[in-house]
Amino acid sequence: MAETSTPLGGKIVTKPFMVLAALAAMAGLLIIYRYLYGLGAVTNLSDGYPWGIWITYDVLVGTALGCGGYAMAVLVYIFNRWEYHPLVRSAVLTSVFGYTLAAVAIFLDIGRYWNGYNLFLPWHVNFNSVLVEVALCIAAYVLVLWLELTPTVLEGHPQSAKAQTNRDRLERWLPIIVALGILLPTMHQSSLGTLMIIAGHKLSPLWQTQLLPLFFLLSAIIMGYAVTVFESLLSSLAFRRPFETPLLARISGVMAWLVGLYLVLRFGDLAFRGELSLIFQGNLNSLMFLLENYLFLQALLILMSPGRRAHLRWLFVAAGCLLLAGSLYRFNAFLIGYNPGPGWSYFPALPEILITLGIVALELMGYLYFVKRYPVLPQVEHA
Amino acid sequence: MKDKDLDHLPPQYGLVSRRDFLKFCTLAAASLGLPLGAGVKFAEAVAALKRPPVIWLSGQECTGCTESLLRSTHPTVEHLILDLISLDYHEALSIPSGHLVEEAKKKSLQENQGKFILVTEGAIPMKDGGVYCMIGGRPALEVLRETAPLAAAIVAIGSCASWGGIPSGSPNPTGAVSTQEALGGKFKVINIPGCPPNPYNFLSTVLYFLTYKALPELDNKGRPMFAYRRLIHEGCERRPHFDAGRFALEFDDEGHRRGWCLYKLGCKGPETYNNCPAILFGDVGPRSWPVGTGCPCFGCSEQGVGFTAPIPAQANLKYVTPSIPPYETGEGGEVRLGGRALRLTPPDTYPPIAAPAGHGPSATTVGLLAGLAGVALGAGAATTLKLGKEKSKSVSETKED
Amino acid sequence: MGLSRRDFLKTAVGGGIMLASNLTPAPAAAREPKARLPEAVGILYDATLCIGCKACMTACKEFNHLPPDHSHPGSLWDDPVDLSAKTYNIVKLYKQGTGKHKDQEVDGYSFIRRFCMHCVDPACTSACPVSALTKDPTTGVVRYNKDVCIGCRYCQIACPFNIPKFQWDTAFPQIKKCQLCDHRLIRGGYAACCEFCPNGASLFGPVQELRKEAQRRLALPPGSTAAFPLHRVDSGEFLYKTVARYQSYVYGEKDGGGSQVIILAGVPYTHLGLPTLPDESGASSSETLMHTLYKGMIGPYVLLGGLFYLVYTNTSKKDLP
Repeated sequence: MAETSTPLGGKIVTKPFMVLAALAAMAGLLIIYRYLYGLGAVTNLSDGYPWGIWITYDVLVGTALGCGGYAMAVLVYIFNRWEYHPLVRSAVLTSVFGYTLAAVAIFLDIGRYWNGYNLFLPWHVNFNSVLVEVALCIAAYVLVLWLELTPTVLEGHPQSAKAQTNRDRLERWLPIIVALGILLPTMHQSSLGTLMIIAGHKLSPLWQTQLLPLFFLLSAIIMGYAVTVFESLLSSLAFRRPFETPLLARISGVMAWLVGLYLVLRFGDLAFRGELSLIFQGNLNSLMFLLENYLFLQALLILMSPGRRAHLRWLFVAAGCLLLAGSLYRFNAFLIGYNPGPGWSYFPALPEILITLGIVALELMGYLYFVKRYPVLPQVEHA
Repeated sequence: MKDKDLDHLPPQYGLVSRRDFLKFCTLAAASLGLPLGAGVKFAEAVAALKRPPVIWLSGQECTGCTESLLRSTHPTVEHLILDLISLDYHEALSIPSGHLVEEAKKKSLQENQGKFILVTEGAIPMKDGGVYCMIGGRPALEVLRETAPLAAAIVAIGSCASWGGIPSGSPNPTGAVSTQEALGGKFKVINIPGCPPNPYNFLSTVLYFLTYKALPELDNKGRPMFAYRRLIHEGCERRPHFDAGRFALEFDDEGHRRGWCLYKLGCKGPETYNNCPAILFGDVGPRSWPVGTGCPCFGCSEQGVGFTAPIPAQANLKYVTPSIPPYETGEGGEVRLGGRALRLTPPDTYPPIAAPAGHGPSATTVGLLAGLAGVALGAGAATTLKLGKEKSKSVSETKED
Repeated sequence: MGLSRRDFLKTAVGGGIMLASNLTPAPAAAREPKARLPEAVGILYDATLCIGCKACMTACKEFNHLPPDHSHPGSLWDDPVDLSAKTYNIVKLYKQGTGKHKDQEVDGYSFIRRFCMHCVDPACTSACPVSALTKDPTTGVVRYNKDVCIGCRYCQIACPFNIPKFQWDTAFPQIKKCQLCDHRLIRGGYAACCEFCPNGASLFGPVQELRKEAQRRLALPPGSTAAFPLHRVDSGEFLYKTVARYQSYVYGEKDGGGSQVIILAGVPYTHLGLPTLPDESGASSSETLMHTLYKGMIGPYVLLGGLFYLVYTNTSKKDLP
């Protein structure tokens, strides 16, 4: 089945686009302020909470939401399910922006950014550090993602012969690019979890476990599928295109198995470590834990029924629940369940929130532009 | 305040002008920590008193405390007090002596029962029936026990009268004890220890009693709190050197000449309660007290320290009064001192183990995030509803499998 | 569309590879715990001898050229609330009830001095991605190099004692912490806090000697008088003091893998803000996991090979995207 993708066309500068641009511009001004006056001037970060929403949301949740390309690549290129192929390009596009802007957020967050190149100098790099693995992997993956998007970009210039030659050349490298595009996220999504192991007692036993890398990886894959479903539904709705329901239903089947596996391992691990009683303590940690896992469970219950899997509304709710669940898991493991000691508190500051909003706005703007200008979405066939 | 506002006070107090006397009373009130108006009250009280009588008993004393009193200079207090307070009996200062002065005492006691102030100077020996201090053929102990029940108030001036002083130094061969111990628990004695004590501590206490007819706040050793609440170490002007670890190690070494802390030379400031660094001695200007001149304090006013601990021995630093300042967290989690405490943070306050830190939520940020969450949930709900109505038409429906 | 057997096998193999690469095996591949360096130097802090004079705080500020730190905007004194970028060393107070009795848990008080513990197996040096924090191979001092630091603050997350502090209020921030007066050590001096402590609460010396001294103190009968060395464990200067009732073990012997700063106190260490840590250091935990997964990068290469093979076989049959 030969299918093609076409640009959506249409005006790029619409009213929503302008609103997003305004948010991005405001963030831009605040970022200049951050560079002039330091992190303390725009964030509520402190010595007790050195990582706040920029790391937790922009990097952790942002990259997890950018796992659409990864999840779809596994399905299509490893498990050979070519019927899902139409969803790949838009998933890759979302991933490109998710990861690129996560990298931007990291760069914003580090205090001595001018020394950043030291991460790539082997005589300085400390290979015992989890953060090295994360940083190098994400850097490499951003490159790989842009490479994966390049065919789409090149195809968007059909009149240029040079573009087409380059595109054909790129085709030959596809297997290694895709292989890397699956290996790298496997490595760094799990390492993002490993980051918290060294925090020891500062992370509540509800989240602190040697299985942190496994849980982060599983939840990232789940979020990858969920974001693909979510994004497909929203763009069909927004651009008034047909829904890819059967495909989405089958992806949801895969998701259901993964969520089930995740929950079994999660609670099994808690039981094994003897920490189940913490769930019922009625404090903030236990409430957040319950909420996080309730969302996973709720999604699972919806997705277990084949009828609901085929129903758009339930697909949307389930995908939404999973995205919230995975995001909450990351917030809990890095921020809410993290307790540096009595007396410390953190809540994001206004400029901090606005910068995050601006980054999200930039992502959306990028997505809208690309989708309209380049052949990302599958062509709609009229019967 | 104009002179005419004080017309109700006598224009002269003996040889002292009203103005000078008021200055003195204000000073006394200030050293007691009382508001300025109290000074006028003292003047009024003294004016009204018509020379209240004082009986001054001496035990085993060197008369240093009396000498110290005579050194108060502003105004010439010996005239003032001796004119205003009828000093009916004082072994050193009375003009008559022998039988005559004993007669005068007897007469005063008869006339002024329950109205006079009894001041004791010197320790009272208890051993062998008290024979080691005889006055007019009778043991001082007996004289004291006979006089005390008739007094309105009893003030023990000096370390000897307050806790035994030098005469009680080991092995205490005469059994010297303080006035309070000689009298037993039935009487409340105000102790003004020191060797000698600063005369203003004594004068302020006496004036306080005469004005308010009550004893000032006393600590558990009968010492007035206004003077003996703090350790010398807490008020010492060389304390910053102690805090920074700058010590004189030998007399006349460089540190000593630079005025560094004398702790390592055996200064007992950390163990001694008194207000010497605050009010000094002799009204001759700054640093007119032992430490100020480079001589380590030997704890003359403190029982167990003065005349007991070896002079070069380092003081025990265990008497500390630590406190935690009242911390508050303002908006955004900033630490602030409690609202009324806009005074300097004294160096003996310490942060608690877990002081509030970091930046918490503010109304704006919580509001914004709640608003965003609301919008997101609302949009989600709307989308859910919309999707429920959509027919799930899809590309592959029209194809064959 | 049902799942063909071939597809099922591929699913199993592919999924198996991915999951296997992330499940943790047993700690048989654990990273060896780090041993104490034989010539390590450190500090013995005895809270029962500490009288809260803060001479150590003043000396630290002076010899590290640190500005005063204020607890609130109107403050005139240097009165920090906690360690910060301007305060490498702080004396805090534990007070319970009436707070009248020194080194007593109930109705008592105790001082505690907090500063870098110079751990035997530091979490910060393990966490730092660019080796900005390093442990001296001889003295064991944990040092900071601002010229490599990228300001990621992972060291702050890693340290179980929350010691590294960041300069939040400047455009060119650094991480700040006690470095055991390294700049004085190389000139034959020693830690300023110990040099200026008047009461022997902070004692400098080789950690081996300090540990022996700590054990000696624990063996002394409470209430007896004993000699306590001043400034350095080998100074020959002594103070004679009454021995307090100590907590029965030395903090820092094994806690979190052990540290070169060891602490004695009269009240339980948790009341003084010292966390209860397992004997295994955070660094050991984290590195064990990392090495297991990435030892020699074998796992990733194998996985990459497998993935490449699968993608190649699958795509060679298809029209490309």
